[in-house]
Amino acid sequence: MDSQITLSVNGTSRSLTVDSRTTLLDALRERLGVTEVKKGCDHGQCGSCTVLLDGRRELACLALAVARDGVEVVTADGLAHDGLHAVQQAFLDHDGYQCGYCTPGQVCSAVGMLEEVKDGHPSHVTTDLEADVELTDDEVRERMSGNLCRCGAYAGILAAVRQAAGA
Amino acid sequence: MTAHRTRPLRVRSVGTALGRVDGTEKVTGRATYAADHADGVPGDVLHLWLVQSTIAKGRVVEVRPEHALSHPGVVDVIDHTSAPRLVDTENGELAILQDAAVGFRGQIIALVLAETAEAAREGAALVEVSYEAAAHEAELREDNATYRPDSVNPDLETDTFQGDVDAALREADVVVEQTYRTAYEHNNPLEPHATIAWWGEVDGRATLSMFDSTQGVHGVVASLVPMLGVEPDQIRVRAPYVGGGFGSKGEPHAHVMAAALAARTTNGRPVRLAVTRQQMFSLTGYRTATISRFRLGARSDGTLTAIAHDVLEQSSVVREFAEQTASPTRMMYAAPNRRTTHRLARLDVAVPSWMRAPGEMPGMFAHEVAMDELAVACGVDPIVLRERNEPDLDPETGKPFNNRRLLDCLHRGAERFGWDARPREARTQTDGDWWVGTGVAAATYPAMKTPGNLARVRSLEGGGYAVAIGCVDIGTGARTVLTQIAADALGVEADAVDLSIADTRLPSASVAGGSSGTSSWGSAIVAAAQLFRDDHGASPDPGVETTASAEDDPAAESHAFHSFGAVFAETRVHRWTGEIRVPRLLGVYSVGRVINPVTARSQFLGGLVMGLSAGLFEESYRDSRFGHVVTQDLASYHVASHADVLDVDAEWLEEADEIFTPMGSRGVGEIGIVGTAAAVANATYHATGIRRRSIPLTPDQFLDDPGT
Ligand code: FES
Ligand code: FES
Repeated sequence: MDSQITLSVNGTSRSLTVDSRTTLLDALRERLGVTEVKKGCDHGQCGSCTVLLDGRRELACLALAVARDGVEVVTADGLAHDGLHAVQQAFLDHDGYQCGYCTPGQVCSAVGMLEEVKDGHPSHVTTDLEADVELTDDEVRERMSGNLCRCGAYAGILAAVRQAAGA
Repeated sequence: MTAHRTRPLRVRSVGTALGRVDGTEKVTGRATYAADHADGVPGDVLHLWLVQSTIAKGRVVEVRPEHALSHPGVVDVIDHTSAPRLVDTENGELAILQDAAVGFRGQIIALVLAETAEAAREGAALVEVSYEAAAHEAELREDNATYRPDSVNPDLETDTFQGDVDAALREADVVVEQTYRTAYEHNNPLEPHATIAWWGEVDGRATLSMFDSTQGVHGVVASLVPMLGVEPDQIRVRAPYVGGGFGSKGEPHAHVMAAALAARTTNGRPVRLAVTRQQMFSLTGYRTATISRFRLGARSDGTLTAIAHDVLEQSSVVREFAEQTASPTRMMYAAPNRRTTHRLARLDVAVPSWMRAPGEMPGMFAHEVAMDELAVACGVDPIVLRERNEPDLDPETGKPFNNRRLLDCLHRGAERFGWDARPREARTQTDGDWWVGTGVAAATYPAMKTPGNLARVRSLEGGGYAVAIGCVDIGTGARTVLTQIAADALGVEADAVDLSIADTRLPSASVAGGSSGTSSWGSAIVAAAQLFRDDHGASPDPGVETTASAEDDPAAESHAFHSFGAVFAETRVHRWTGEIRVPRLLGVYSVGRVINPVTARSQFLGGLVMGLSAGLFEESYRDSRFGHVVTQDLASYHVASHADVLDVDAEWLEEADEIFTPMGSRGVGEIGIVGTAAAVANATYHATGIRRRSIPLTPDQFLDDPGT
């Protein structure tokens, strides 16, 4: 069954027709040509499709497009509207990537994650649930673990996130 | 085109940390991988979905497309009765849909074309297939790996013998005789394989164009040409960005042929095939499981007198691939009596292929754990043991090594890692509920160059130079380091070089594999640039060009070229749960000159992480009753995630190998994975006193007391 939906993609309103089976990821990639959002597994297991939806990081492959009518999508490319975002620059500075396929997802995930830390969200490794979250290496590793990097660029990603967190 | 004997490069940009030239494209996502392409693809794509066999052996009796065709959006169903015919079917992996035979579970038996991906996928599910099943064999066992291949990958001796191993073992003071196992592994690059293909016509001849996720565009053409019965200039393949390959994109797999055949039927409409993560587990290659029987004989001080490595592993009846698991054993340590053999089980399973450091990775796991056992048996420090077994000449060829610096790597690593403070006895250190230990292993990888590389240099208006070679950057940093090499070879700044790669319209280049890419392509670029300068001088008119290949230094004939490394690991094994953590992992490498310290470091770290991942997590579990891999996604096939990777570091020795390449480099892509799992395994032994001889090492293996 087809439905008409509207998405705000990087600040531009886009109307499109989707099949009710269409994931948000396919709506972006296939219908709208927004290919900076990558598909690594289509099953919520790799993180390469991570985007910011209404400001929060989410996996576009696990969202059905019809269910997200009206959502505000920001992609890695959208983060670079006035030159590179501090997180993107930090990935360049620390070589936090090799092939680049996981990278747009890592970047969106890092941006969303730093917001979560600011908002005081705890993680699995947070020991003191009352205090402000201290962004230790272990916190970054844990919070970024939904984003696989088969090129193994984790050391660079960690350094990049720490740099961006300080910025 | 001319072959040019290169002169060593005068390095200026080489050796410096030039930022990746494609970094901005990658961090913004603007980089276009195979499935991303819309520009340059003529018209609306049709989506292609694969139908795979659900039996492991037998034949397809009938493919009934009716239900699929009645699904809205489905355009066509192609099976073995309707697929275009190939003129050559010798490559059993690529010769799909040519007959009814089924050789493994997951084989492509039909194709569905549809207007949308959703319809194509649903259509594939609606295709009804009936089979005549036959008995199959899908389990590798010690008693069925009896087939002796003519050679092992890439073209090495199957077996080697020197001296009398059995006699030496009888006379040895100390013997280590053990069996080591490595699991099935799937490469799992993060970008799934994908192909966009369309046929057209130029001057009355059919042409095939493709965007493909491949490690070598020219290699795809070379594979397809004889099968499709066309000339090389009738196929164009491009791969501007590739999201990793690790060997699985080294040669085209069956899905590439599926796209080419399907596109033949659509009157020029392009076809897009995005292989799913699940499909990758049966269609895009994997590393065989290996069983290595090792016998080491030594004098009481640890000096080896005999090394025997007998390998059992599997291939597929559909196409042979024999992993060269014992090949590093042939050159690693001195011993007068030696033996290596490879035997295969030919199973009714998916076709195995290259995975990062085929041969060296599983072989050195076995060898380096065996060496650790020998060190314990002799009461000798593992580094001292390796000092005592350092060969003067390459044991395999009798030639001198060009710069064998294994011991320098071990000593430098020991210093950085604090090896001297290590207690000799196992199971002596704890921290709270954790057993703590350290381990070391050696790494090696052959320096390789592949023939058939050509580069072109052309002068541009304004003093710049266009440099072209049809190689692929799969994430290694090739675009960046080749720019640096070209700049130095021409004696200009890096920003004066306009490099083009990844298109078969550009001069021929070999695959990004075997850690041979930079050596092979870079040498060709140096040859073309030097010849260009020789012919056209320092201030050429715009528009003049030179195409050349590199001729080997004759001194190369009389040397053996290998890279070496030493990997140090600290592990913690939880006393009650058996959980294994690796708080420190360090690799020190001797790889010739490092062309770009940033991209090389990322290659080493990536290799170490993948070796750690193999050591602790990766296992494709095959259900031999049905012949397929059950753990066919990234939730059940665990690759190292961020939280699994703690302090990982790499460094390298300052050196240059100018006999091997004019750049002085030997290649960096694979050596990081070699030895890493062994270092981790040896460290878990040191921590717990429990010796485990198969990877992945899992918590349940460490719950018993040693000796029980
Ligand atoms: S594509 Fe969405 S998590 Fe992998
Ligand atoms: S950069 Fe290749 S998967 Fe992360």
